[in-house]
Amino acid sequence: MNGNGNGNKPLYLYTRFERFWHWAQAVLIIVLAVTGLEIHGSYTWLGFKRAVEVHNFCAWTWLVLYAFVLFWMATTGEWRQYIPTTKRLIDVALYYMVGIFQGKPHPVPKSERDKHNPLQRMTYLSISLILIPAQMATGFLYYFYNSWALWGWGAKLTLSTVAFIHTAGMFGFLAFLVVHVYMTTTGHTLTCHLKAMCTGWEEVGVPPKS
Amino acid sequence: MIRGIKLGLLVVCLAMAWGFPAQPAGANSDMPKPAARWVTADHSKFEALKQDFKSGPEVTKACLSCHNEAAGQVMKTIHWTWLSPDAPPEAKLGKGGLVVNNFCIAMPSNEPRCTSCHAGYGWKDKNFDFAKQENVDCLVCHEQTGTYKKFPAGAGNPASEPKKMGPETFLPPEWNKVAQSVARPSRDNCGTCHFYGGGGDMVKHGDLDSSMKNPDRNLDVHMDAKGANFACTRCHTTIAHKISGRAYKTPAAATRISLLKDDQISRITCESCHSETPHKVDVKLNDHTDKVACQTCHIPEFARKLPTKMRWDWATAGQRDAEGKPIKKKGPLGPPSYDGMKGDFTWQKDVRPVYQWFNGSITNVMAYTKIDPSQPVTLAKIDGDPGDANSRIYPFKLHTGRQPYDKSNNTMVVPKLFGPPGSGAYWSDYDWNKAISAGMAYVDLPYSGQYDFVETRYFFQTSHMVAPKDKAVSCQECHTVDSRLKGISGVYMPGRDYNRPLNYLGWGIAAAALLGVGLHGLGRAVARRKNGNHDHQA
Repeated sequence: MNGNGNGNKPLYLYTRFERFWHWAQAVLIIVLAVTGLEIHGSYTWLGFKRAVEVHNFCAWTWLVLYAFVLFWMATTGEWRQYIPTTKRLIDVALYYMVGIFQGKPHPVPKSERDKHNPLQRMTYLSISLILIPAQMATGFLYYFYNSWALWGWGAKLTLSTVAFIHTAGMFGFLAFLVVHVYMTTTGHTLTCHLKAMCTGWEEVGVPPKS
Repeated sequence: MIRGIKLGLLVVCLAMAWGFPAQPAGANSDMPKPAARWVTADHSKFEALKQDFKSGPEVTKACLSCHNEAAGQVMKTIHWTWLSPDAPPEAKLGKGGLVVNNFCIAMPSNEPRCTSCHAGYGWKDKNFDFAKQENVDCLVCHEQTGTYKKFPAGAGNPASEPKKMGPETFLPPEWNKVAQSVARPSRDNCGTCHFYGGGGDMVKHGDLDSSMKNPDRNLDVHMDAKGANFACTRCHTTIAHKISGRAYKTPAAATRISLLKDDQISRITCESCHSETPHKVDVKLNDHTDKVACQTCHIPEFARKLPTKMRWDWATAGQRDAEGKPIKKKGPLGPPSYDGMKGDFTWQKDVRPVYQWFNGSITNVMAYTKIDPSQPVTLAKIDGDPGDANSRIYPFKLHTGRQPYDKSNNTMVVPKLFGPPGSGAYWSDYDWNKAISAGMAYVDLPYSGQYDFVETRYFFQTSHMVAPKDKAVSCQECHTVDSRLKGISGVYMPGRDYNRPLNYLGWGIAAAALLGVGLHGLGRAVARRKNGNHDHQA
């Protein structure tokens, strides 16, 4: 029932750098959320000092990774994969709400030129251009809190506001993480998407016998 | 060849290890050892100090025969006047005035007892001559034999003949020996009074008691007798007998700058030597120094060797035995838990301080200040504000008490405690009304004749007993919901503070997402079974 016209041919969707970036980012998000929640006071595990150290290390690491990602996007032209579109957006939404339960095919099959469906494009673009930069900006402000007065921002900003936005961003990531992990199970097999992100090769489903 | 060098190095190392005794921690080889002579005069060789002295003032005259400016200098300081030098005299701000505390309450009318800690001779009542130079006591601060003792009820004079007070017998000083020993004040000199404030060891300051005479490194890194061995004046920079430190509303230092910026400043703040960026490894800690005093993290507990008095309830005083002698009860930590003369005491060891914003100024309730007896009266109020650039979060000892006040006039009272029977003194006559009447008449303040007891609080800044850095307060003791700095407002502290609605909303959304995908997955599973072979699942 896979209507991509490619038959059984596996697609090489994710290059080595993309896979590395994806998994590094996954680890960073999880470690940042775990240590961030400890700093937030949700529980005690590493101890505040250690949690802050790990959190800061991961934050700087991500900044470096992000720079590489932007460079990669620019040089490979892969940024086009993230151009938002409303074309077939409703179809995709309807598919996940209704069609998926009826065993219908996905309305936007994957291809090398089209790795992401309209929902994915929107989600990933929002994360890359809004959520991550917002976390970076508020994290940066949080870390350099003591320099605000020097920059003349002391009166305009409060730490509680910055902390609020930074924490809200974390909850955003948390909600994304839950849905994203679940969505990996919605391929033609439960683990085919996961496998694709490990090997780079996305296997295409076998049409039903009936 | 290389082997030879290695061997040579080893020999040199061994020679160094064996040849030189290990330096005590903190000691610097260029620093004069405590025993080293700093001065160019040997006082034991002065004829003026070989006279046949009979009293303190005679010794002082001999001192002044060379140090002719000294008494004049001392007389301008709070150690002499017992009044804040920065407040107008009519405010009577000081022990020598009308300040009230919750230890022995007030000084006036009790002079001969209280003034055993005055740096002078003969302040036995309000007629004391503050202008007479030979009344200055040079020895109490400068003698180094450790044998010079003022008689506890002698108005600042040592005993002139062997005299008993309690279990101790006080002998007249060996004047020549004492006078010839003079030098810069040591910890013992300052400690003679400051370790025993409030009438005994460990009573007043939680961070200053007799354990600080020769503390080890764990008790105080700076005064560590085997290490840096600081004398008090090492930080309490003294110029012309004016010793730096807070005096009532006057902060110890106007600015916090380091000696690197100005070598003429007083070394009274931690920043004087350590700068505002003292942490070289965990530099993030330096981001705290604009809001948090060094003491807050570096003095995790006070009274770490000996217990300190935390509460004094005068309302229960007065119990006496069949012979009329005040009853004493020994407390669990050693010092008495009850004394018929003074009431109930609570002592505590290893006390975690309380924390407040503090700008270096303390406002005192005076004997004439109107109070609100329906609330605990804070007799020494910490001034400070989170928005003030000069305020920091500081640690304090909070001493609570219950003590008499004038129920009709709503003021604190000055009771006469010490004096002979019939004088009204509480410790002789055990009648509060008489004691208060006598005390208030002495200071010319009205007393309605009606007294009751009121709950009081008194704060002491905690700056001594600085622990080694590995024993400093850890981050999570403050950055946690159950924070040491629980009551501190005006700062957002990660770990302590959070936005409750955001927490609910955030976890709510995450839970909803989890529930959503759970149901979706369940739906898929059910649909797959129902659709059977229609499913595209391989």
